[in-house]
Amino acid sequence: MLWILIALIFLGSLGYVLGRQRAMASAGGDRRELHSLPNYYGLNVTLLTLVPALLVLGLWLIIQPIAVERMVERQIPNPYMEQVENPTLLMTEIRRLALGIDTAIERGFLNAEDASNLASDSDIRAQLAEAGVALGADVSETVLLAAQSFRALNATGNTWMLITVFALAFAGLAYAYARTHKDLRARNRVEYAILSILVVASSLAILTTVGIVLSMLWDTRNFFQLYPWQDFFFGLEWRPSFEGGSELGLIPLLWGTLYISLIALLVAVPIGLFAAIYMAEYATKRVRSVAKPLIEVLAGIPTIVYGLFALITVGPMLRDYFAQPLGLGDSSSSVMTAGIVMGIMLIPFVSSLSDDIINSVPQSLRDGSYGLGATQSETVKQVILPAALPGIVGAVLLAASRAIGETMIVVLGAGAAARLDLNPFEAMTTVTVKIVGQLTGDTDFSSPEALVAFALGLTLFVITLALNIFALYIVRKYREQYD
Amino acid sequence: MTDMPISTAPKRSLYAQDARTKKRNRAETRFRVYGMAAVITGIIALIVLLTSILGNGLSAFQQTYISYPITLSEDRLDPEGNRDPAEMAAVTTFGYLPVIAMSLQQHLEAEGIDPGMGGRELAAMLSEEAPAQIRAMVLANPELVGTTIDAEILVGGRIDGFFKGRVTMESAERDRNVSPAQLVLAQQLAELGMMETRFNWDFITWPDASGSRPEAAGLGVAIIGSFYMMLVVLALALPIGVAASIYLEEFAPKNRLTDLIEVNISNLAAVPSIVFGILGLAVFINFMNFNQSSPLVGGLVLTLMTLPTIIIATRASLRAVPPSIRQAALGLGASKMQSIFHHVLPLAMPGILTGTIIGLAQALGETAPLLLIGMVAFVREYPDFLSTHSNTFPLMGDGATALPVQVYSWTQRSDPAFVERASGAIIVLLVFLLMMNLIAILLRRRFERRW
Repeated sequence: MLWILIALIFLGSLGYVLGRQRAMASAGGDRRELHSLPNYYGLNVTLLTLVPALLVLGLWLIIQPIAVERMVERQIPNPYMEQVENPTLLMTEIRRLALGIDTAIERGFLNAEDASNLASDSDIRAQLAEAGVALGADVSETVLLAAQSFRALNATGNTWMLITVFALAFAGLAYAYARTHKDLRARNRVEYAILSILVVASSLAILTTVGIVLSMLWDTRNFFQLYPWQDFFFGLEWRPSFEGGSELGLIPLLWGTLYISLIALLVAVPIGLFAAIYMAEYATKRVRSVAKPLIEVLAGIPTIVYGLFALITVGPMLRDYFAQPLGLGDSSSSVMTAGIVMGIMLIPFVSSLSDDIINSVPQSLRDGSYGLGATQSETVKQVILPAALPGIVGAVLLAASRAIGETMIVVLGAGAAARLDLNPFEAMTTVTVKIVGQLTGDTDFSSPEALVAFALGLTLFVITLALNIFALYIVRKYREQYD
Repeated sequence: MTDMPISTAPKRSLYAQDARTKKRNRAETRFRVYGMAAVITGIIALIVLLTSILGNGLSAFQQTYISYPITLSEDRLDPEGNRDPAEMAAVTTFGYLPVIAMSLQQHLEAEGIDPGMGGRELAAMLSEEAPAQIRAMVLANPELVGTTIDAEILVGGRIDGFFKGRVTMESAERDRNVSPAQLVLAQQLAELGMMETRFNWDFITWPDASGSRPEAAGLGVAIIGSFYMMLVVLALALPIGVAASIYLEEFAPKNRLTDLIEVNISNLAAVPSIVFGILGLAVFINFMNFNQSSPLVGGLVLTLMTLPTIIIATRASLRAVPPSIRQAALGLGASKMQSIFHHVLPLAMPGILTGTIIGLAQALGETAPLLLIGMVAFVREYPDFLSTHSNTFPLMGDGATALPVQVYSWTQRSDPAFVERASGAIIVLLVFLLMMNLIAILLRRRFERRW
């Protein structure tokens, strides 16, 4: 794989040198005769050599595995297919066997001829184990046949890929070289190509969003074919069981998510807001230059660190000093644990956003208020905060969307029991915890228990998206124009 | 209009504050105290967080070792007697355990120490990793068989915990895995200098170990996995991010498409990271059949996640380059593309690099999306990422793990010694993040220009 790239890059460099030389030659060695700088002629050839070849290579690498799998799947006789419980696992088995044979050949335990004559009655598993390839189960005739055709198809595909890619590269090279002439508008062509690359790069953002939405929509649709949507959205029970008969209700998870986020906001908003006011209005320059970076360090700490903090410090402390003495429960992972730690994480988020907004309130408003005899705190409360309110509300909404989507703190701090309860010292769970729970480990992507994670993900995406858009809308709509 | 209305307000002194002024001043003081309290609370939270992690994790960099002469008896380790490593490999670690346990017992007898316990209990003081250590040593150098070597081997996690204050005599009585007699002996051996707790490089270089041997668990594989993923992120996110920013900042016409792109980027910056994990799982693993938990897939997911951060930072630094630079270049006959690539971009580079490093730091600490693409698997082997199977790409073959994911998987294990390991891993992670941020700050200080 790597050498294809190296060869292509070599061809590209070759094209650069050739193109430049030809252009200079056509101008009789006098660069003033050229339309563009000589380098552009070289680049023009390089781009025409590389870009089409690389595009085809990339597409081929994505499409070939999918196509090969489809073709192999179609070859498996129907009666065999029907007695297999799980077609995806069968495909994995075939793929693993095919790769295993390739690895064995590569490591010198098999030669290519023996490999194609492998019979299912010989002990393939032992042979491959010798080469350091572990197979899950003994190999059946059908699987072996399928794996052999998998290998054959892949080999053919790879050969054709090589031929196509290099044919394209050479064609591009030859065409561009032939066209190179002193009057060729090489700079314009190169710049047009670069501009197209820039456009493609910026469209990647759209592509990512589309990818997110499509991948989740697709699997959510599969989920709702297996599980009624009313039961998902309005179900009060979350009891997945892999034997079937699961109850996958969203409400308890949503309740846990919102409860924890509420506590987090109750911690973060007052502290963050007061800290922002103090830093913007009261703190001396020296205090500000020390305190502001220190608080912002909290924003740079990875969430797994907060998660561990909740797990080993905050959780046991809350249990020993609050929950147990008050008789409210004896679980160290609780809504309170996750909420408080998440609140700490959100402090810098609220404070730095609010700080910016408070600072953008013009000084004349403050001066006017002082001139009327108001104290500093009265100015803050009656003039600055009302002026900054839309921005602050926006900051709080963004913090809320952060809290709802946060994963590691709740995975480590909130527990895994889905519960509809008011007691904040009880372990509850959230949407994100369950996404992680349903999708880690060996999952069978045709069961509702795994697919529900995509529906949860889509719900989460829609909620956070709505909050973000709403926040932006509020900020835009109610922004005070001071100029 | 001759007489002024007589003021009915009571007389006030200019020197003494009246009740209302006092109240207002008290409110002012209160408000100021709230603000100060909020700032102090934030700083205290930071300090408590860091001390909790440091307090739990610093001891992970210390490890207890025991050293004594081990007699590698030939009849047990090389029954055939021809020092062929291939044959000797047939002796498993279970064959080595009695050898090192016997040697310990003999050494204690020779030193005149009464262990006060049976051989089995004595052997239980050593790490389960110790036989594997000695076995690897012997297989690497078969000539050692039959000789007596002075080896330094790991002791068990509980004994190690005793020297770090995690295990006490009282807790040992309730613990099935350790007895007070073992602790007494350990104390005795430490006084004799046989047992020593010292700095532990193995924590940084060794791979992970199974749940029953926390003392041998290290971060080596996770650090390498993280490193490869950062390479992928850097190689993809920086060029794509810069290209996208240049287009949006310098070329994009004001139209629907540009608006759509802008809205998308600002939304992607706020999408929960776990959603990117779902995307990676659905697209790269289920649809494209990439290997689960390969560093390439991890890097791709993290790239998509950090792109908005990098784009936002790059656009800000492009915007900070004054228009006069562009106009001067254009005035001298450069094309727009030339003015940007030859003049604006180099001037914006320090800002772009700073933003990139901050994006990388964010990616380095990210856990949730990696859990979904299967990086939690137990990885014992140093992955050979650069080996290319006939039909895989570099970085696509072997599975990897990453630093934050390693922390997560250690928190899921039952042995309390793994809490120490997890906190230690976080210290390593925070040191990396600190270094990256310092580089970013230095870059900014050194190259920042005010126009």
